[in-house]
Amino acid sequence: MAAVIPQAAATKPSSVAARKSRTGYLLLFPGIAWLGVFFAIPLVTLFATSLQTPIEGKTGKYQPGFAVGNYADAIAQYWPQFLRSFLYAGTATLLALAIAYPLAYFIAFRAGKWRSLMLVLVVAPSFASFLLRTYAWKTILADDGVITSTLNNLHLLPDGRILNTWIAVVAGLTYNFLPFMILPLYAALEKIDPRFIEAASDLYASPVTAFRKITWPLSLPGVVAGTLLTFIPAAGDYINASLLGSPKNRMIGNAIQNNFIEFRDYPMASALSFILMAIILVLVFTYIRRAGTEDLV
Amino acid sequence: MTEQNRQVEDLHLQNLTKKFGEHTAVDTLNLTIPAGSFFALLGASGCGKTTTLRMVAGLEDPTEGTISIGDRDITGTRAFERPVNTVFQSYALFPHLDIFENVAFGLRRRKVKDVKPQVERMLELVELGSMARRKPTQLSGGQQQRVAVARALINQPDVLLLDEPLGALDLKLRRQMQIELKRIQTEVGTTFVHVTHDQEEAMTMADTVAVMNSGRIEQLGHPADIYELPRTVFVANFLGQSNLFQGHKTGVSGEDYVVSAHAQNFAVPSARTFTDGDSIIVGVRPEKMTVLDASDAGGIPEHHNRVAGRVTDVSYMGVSTQYLVMTSWDQELTVFEQNVVVGDRSAVGDEVVIHWSPRHTFGLNGAAGTSVGVDPDVLELEAVNQALAADVVEG
Repeated sequence: MAAVIPQAAATKPSSVAARKSRTGYLLLFPGIAWLGVFFAIPLVTLFATSLQTPIEGKTGKYQPGFAVGNYADAIAQYWPQFLRSFLYAGTATLLALAIAYPLAYFIAFRAGKWRSLMLVLVVAPSFASFLLRTYAWKTILADDGVITSTLNNLHLLPDGRILNTWIAVVAGLTYNFLPFMILPLYAALEKIDPRFIEAASDLYASPVTAFRKITWPLSLPGVVAGTLLTFIPAAGDYINASLLGSPKNRMIGNAIQNNFIEFRDYPMASALSFILMAIILVLVFTYIRRAGTEDLV
Repeated sequence: MTEQNRQVEDLHLQNLTKKFGEHTAVDTLNLTIPAGSFFALLGASGCGKTTTLRMVAGLEDPTEGTISIGDRDITGTRAFERPVNTVFQSYALFPHLDIFENVAFGLRRRKVKDVKPQVERMLELVELGSMARRKPTQLSGGQQQRVAVARALINQPDVLLLDEPLGALDLKLRRQMQIELKRIQTEVGTTFVHVTHDQEEAMTMADTVAVMNSGRIEQLGHPADIYELPRTVFVANFLGQSNLFQGHKTGVSGEDYVVSAHAQNFAVPSARTFTDGDSIIVGVRPEKMTVLDASDAGGIPEHHNRVAGRVTDVSYMGVSTQYLVMTSWDQELTVFEQNVVVGDRSAVGDEVVIHWSPRHTFGLNGAAGTSVGVDPDVLELEAVNQALAADVVEG
């Protein structure tokens, strides 16, 4: 018996390997099919649409073309919305990082048996709809609400109100994407062995230095993931700007939505979408490359 | 860095106590560790040795008592303010820094200028000069261990603490590192406090060993002194092996007590007896005993202690042979005999007499019982063996 088994095993590997790789492709197939139908094809269609030209005399009707000028028009007409999107999303991302880091740190290192409960609480608001929660912020920030009137009594608001200003939009964005910042930060912090911190303090690092030299660099993967997961959807968001902001606070998402649904200018909407994607891709790659080196430490 | 004027000072622990809730981990410890010594705290897990070490490092606050180096009381200071460095059990090397930066970490924190020559010299000392730019995960266990030592030693601490530093290494590497660490200690002259549960490691490396049990020090001294003359049952069993018989003092004969155990008399030197009571445990180390065939018993010197029995197991171990001998009162004794003479060994089933000189006998407090400090696994194994033996007899 003992002599037979190795022989049988020796003849098998090639067929086993072949079957293994076939299984691998089979497992990949649903994902690839999904991406093909719902990502690759729409992307191509969107790109084709962005180059279409209008049909004379018929609003909302377009024909295939190669109108590269659509892109120039899009930037010329909507550059303030683009700028605003990245400013608001950037500010919201930094705010979310500032709020989420201490919270994630606490949950990872200090929460003890409350850890799971606190993580559930972080995710709990997502059980209510995104739209509903954003509407709730209308009430929270309302002109006669507690927050606005308190800040007004202290003469801290230049415009006398929060709702329908950029502050409300950024607050809404920060709130809505906060869990996407907390969770990756928690995952990164939780992995840090507390003995590294002990070793640092044994080697003459004060608590602040130990944080700066050990905890922060080791949590960077979480910081990168969290900021991307917050920044990217926040930059393309339109609900917060349309519910909490004034027309002066419209973001690029609103422009895309208007062009698609109200003006029925599909080439313009598609061009705007493509430009947004391109800018985000460039930003993300630059960011990841910088974070990959020790420049961010 | 005033290397030339540096004076190493003694480490004093006074009434050091640590309680975790109701549990007392370290119980009013009083200890002076001489400057420049290689000191081992030896004990089973949970005996308080690591807690003691962490209190000295400043990673744990004592419930009571003081820690001082020379005249300086460092009890209230925090870990990063203490002139003490630690080699952690799992090394705790910073994974995002390379070897050079790991070793330089302490110097940089103290704003030492021009760390390069110092780090390079230290990496030479631990023979890792070529590894400076590697990350910790690219090194083997033994190399990581040496980086951990270098990272601590480069700061020229008054005391270097080593928390089970060799625990993660395989046996052969551990032997090498034992010699290596001893060489480094001799070379730098720093006080080393080494925590371990491995009695062999403690004995080979340290010049003073403190055996700890339940938060207290059972016995302290040179390894050979503790081994030759254990003062408690715990030490007799934990540090090496001992054969112990429960007995009671029946008289005095010259320098020796006469102790009766299992209807036999044993001579125990009064100077080697550590109890005032009449209940005495007679102890002797396995290698101090000689096995003789029962027919040759006439040749045993008159004053020697002796026990008759039957050989139940013979294990040839190269350097020595281990005999297990069952006595008439069903106690299995262990005897190590050096393999000086080839052949002519006793075999299983032989009726034999074991004898040893009273000079090698020690007397312990009989109230303690004879199994304190024996590895629980060994006790369990013995119980199983006895049950099996009983089955065989019945069958």
